[in-house]
Amino acid sequence: MSYLPFAVAAWLFAVGLYGIVTSRHLIHLVICLSVLQSSTYVLLLAIGYRTGASAPIFVEIPPGAPVVDPVVQALTLTNSVVAATVSALLLALAVQVHKKAGTFDPDELDILHG
Amino acid sequence: MRVLLPLSVAVPLVAAALLLAAPQSWVRRGFDAFAVAAAGSVMVICSVLLAGSTREPMVYWFGGWLPEGGVALGLVLVAEPIALALATLAAFLVTASLVYSWHFFDTTGNLFHVLMLVFLGAMIGFCLTGDFFSLFVFFELMSVAAFSLAGYKVEEEGSLQGALNFAVINSIGAFLVLSGIALVYGRTGALNLAQIGESLAGAPVDGLVITAFVFLIAGYFVKAAVVPFHFWLPDTYAAAPTPVCVLFAGIFNVLGLYAIARTYWTMFDGVLGAELVNLRTIMVGAGAVTAILGALMCWPQRHIKRLLGFSTVSHVGMFLIGLGLFSPVAFAGTIVYLMTDGLVRGSLFLCAGILLHRLRSVDELGCDGLGRSIPFTGILFLLGGLGLAGLPPFGTFVGRALIGEEAARLGFPWVTYLMVAVSVLTAAPVLRAGARVFWGFGPGADYNHRSEAEGDEEEPETTEAHETTPPLMWVTAAALLGVSLVAGLVPDLPVRLVPAAELFLDRGAYADLVLRGVTPHKLPLPPGAPLLEGAVTGVIAALAAVVAAAIGLWHAKLPASIRDSITRSLGPAFGGVRALHSGHVGDYVAWLTVGVAVLGGLLAATLG
Amino acid sequence: MSFNSRRNLFFLGMLGFGVLYLWGLKGLPDFGRYEGVYGITLNKVAVAQTHATNLVAAVTFDYRGFDTLGEEFILFAAVVGVAILLRAQRDEAATADEEAEESKDESRSAPHTSDAVRVLGLALIGPTVLFGLYVVAHGHLTPGGGFSGGVVLATAALLVYLTGEYVALRRVSPESLTELAESVGAGGYAAVGFLGLLAGQAFLTNVLPLGTTGQLNSSGTILLINLAVSVEVAGGFSLILAEFLEQTLLVRERKHG
Repeated sequence: MSYLPFAVAAWLFAVGLYGIVTSRHLIHLVICLSVLQSSTYVLLLAIGYRTGASAPIFVEIPPGAPVVDPVVQALTLTNSVVAATVSALLLALAVQVHKKAGTFDPDELDILHG
Repeated sequence: MRVLLPLSVAVPLVAAALLLAAPQSWVRRGFDAFAVAAAGSVMVICSVLLAGSTREPMVYWFGGWLPEGGVALGLVLVAEPIALALATLAAFLVTASLVYSWHFFDTTGNLFHVLMLVFLGAMIGFCLTGDFFSLFVFFELMSVAAFSLAGYKVEEEGSLQGALNFAVINSIGAFLVLSGIALVYGRTGALNLAQIGESLAGAPVDGLVITAFVFLIAGYFVKAAVVPFHFWLPDTYAAAPTPVCVLFAGIFNVLGLYAIARTYWTMFDGVLGAELVNLRTIMVGAGAVTAILGALMCWPQRHIKRLLGFSTVSHVGMFLIGLGLFSPVAFAGTIVYLMTDGLVRGSLFLCAGILLHRLRSVDELGCDGLGRSIPFTGILFLLGGLGLAGLPPFGTFVGRALIGEEAARLGFPWVTYLMVAVSVLTAAPVLRAGARVFWGFGPGADYNHRSEAEGDEEEPETTEAHETTPPLMWVTAAALLGVSLVAGLVPDLPVRLVPAAELFLDRGAYADLVLRGVTPHKLPLPPGAPLLEGAVTGVIAALAAVVAAAIGLWHAKLPASIRDSITRSLGPAFGGVRALHSGHVGDYVAWLTVGVAVLGGLLAATLG
Repeated sequence: MSFNSRRNLFFLGMLGFGVLYLWGLKGLPDFGRYEGVYGITLNKVAVAQTHATNLVAAVTFDYRGFDTLGEEFILFAAVVGVAILLRAQRDEAATADEEAEESKDESRSAPHTSDAVRVLGLALIGPTVLFGLYVVAHGHLTPGGGFSGGVVLATAALLVYLTGEYVALRRVSPESLTELAESVGAGGYAAVGFLGLLAGQAFLTNVLPLGTTGQLNSSGTILLINLAVSVEVAGGFSLILAEFLEQTLLVRERKHG
């Protein structure tokens, strides 16, 4: 059981990549990228977890009680902002591509070859 | 002096924030002047720091959180010469691009300038930081600014699709890097580069170390555009605005390589150093494949900006060879090479921008002879082509010679030949295009070339009258070329750089500096190596490039038998490689996955 | 590449990738048994050093404050980027102007919403703003802070759109105002950094009085930075929302207009 959370991170990375590779719709593709990114949240938080420990909010925590790693939580917070902004940018690009090419299907976007 | 370190990052960012708040009623020139002044002052800050760091490297701890007992609580900037040289180059290129774009984008107010300044701040932070996660933050900051700048021409479908591919692939690369960071954090419980290095040193090489290293390398390979992670680059470069291309080609890619060097030499040298011979073979191999594939793709291009994009891929491969030799002399050579070469390619992009300004096209065949009215730009363009080939005194020949000599010493005698061949193959199409566009050389309308969709008329980047070239445009192009030329004339440039490279490659000295505040002792200057041989090679390479360009122009006059055999032997290879560059983001991500697997397999087999 | 060959190539790569990743994960400490020196040290000293009880805020805005400055600018750059990418193009701007003249903005109103949505939305605006401000102001004490609070505040803008007209949203958060918020938020964070320099200390040093641990008025600059971040996030997300809504209406106009 102790390995499961890490395996979930790997699984999310893999399905995210699969979704992007096989995507037929740019919006779907952007969401798949978010799935892929959530793999990094799971990985970071799983690494910093300590069994039976409380969150790093030092209110009414008895001294000496175990507390989980606060650093990974801060990193995840930063990372989630990155995720939101990259998604917004990609969606904006997708909207404009659709306006110009009239399609969201990557298979039909073929002006960049060779 | 020390206070300049945080300012080098904060000044461009604050300037960007102020510029966004500036009232839209400002005249456009107000935005221009403010942005140029901000970028220029950052350049001054960086050069002062560079001069200082060659005397004495410095560290700066934010928030006053000094490390205690070898444990870093806060974040640190490290001022050492190599990082600052790249930061100064970044500031110079941004300043030049902003000056160049004085006559660009008449309609759009301040947003372009804001993003350019954010881009600059991100690059400098990326160069100077001594923290693993900050490296990721500034990587992302740079990327987010770059995605928007790449898609700036929203009226053009190619620009949007290029930016989309760029954003998807680079984000996946960033998440690979972050996963690598997480794994390392899980092992060492640290984020400071020096502290991680001390924690990892001497540990056995296991799955975690190899996987983390592969993820980090692969993530930065995406950014640097190493095969097979490079597919996004030509798509993006072909359509991005010219001033942005200059930054991409001049500094953005090579920062990926810089990050690899940083990652290896501060953290992984202590654990992977014992297997350096195998690692060296893998990196040099990856560099060689990239250099060759990029060079092969250059030849058939007729879209000049796309051609320059592939030449960037190819030259990144050569820098990777220099980096992958893992030796101070080769590293010094790589730094000289990538800086001077970046300036040359930047200048070529600026010339292509002038073409776009005057002729509304950068299609080699479509512009046949139309550039006769701007011979000065043509001369700059041809000089740039010769600079790519490494003609002395362009600084490019110095870097190439150093890498070649060091490679031969370490058992890769073929590297010199490969690099010369690759520079010839990337320079020749540039010379060919220049001769055809600016002087109308070669057969004209009857030229029997496969007709392709690319290279069609583009949206102009400027809306002013196109009868003249604004002087600022070609002055900037000439300035970039000039700096690269002067760098080659500094007689003992490599000698001066070797001690800086030695410091960069010294994990112990870096850790002492960061964690214990011990200034490294000054290394003596090594005796100057004669570069005569490299200069001769450079002349030969330039001549060969001219001959190859002439063949490209007049190949119809070659005997039919020779032409047929060339077509038969090389045609399928060109066709196959070209077909891989499909423009489909799904293909590119599939190749990225394969690339990670191959890298992982190679490292696991040789190191594990 | 055809769909199938692309997928097969991917599966081939994924096989290697997956094995590599799992092999790497095996080297991590067992789940729940992490003993990293960075986190352990911070858990010991951070409350005393920063007077913040929310250690995540102490890490984000003090120990690793410079990272977060970069992160603020990621949001800043993304908002500017979205504005660039979605800016009205020459042809669109022309049609939009014509239509505006014809119908005086009426064509740009949101589709008809039910009264229930309007009433509920209207009722929620006040509590949402209040809750957002609460989350921002207590970021150094309890989970929350400028990022989460800022997003809550930005949802108030979305509620305005849901309950009323698109035009009303534009009136509540016009572009110039949200741009100013962006600039004040990001610039404000950097200004807190300069406070340290002015006090003769390092950039981003927590130079303000730290106050009593656990009280609202404590933890020095962390509270200030939280405020700056909330302005940035709320402004940024409102701007992004407005830009996308503008696009939605543009597309709808084309379909029906």
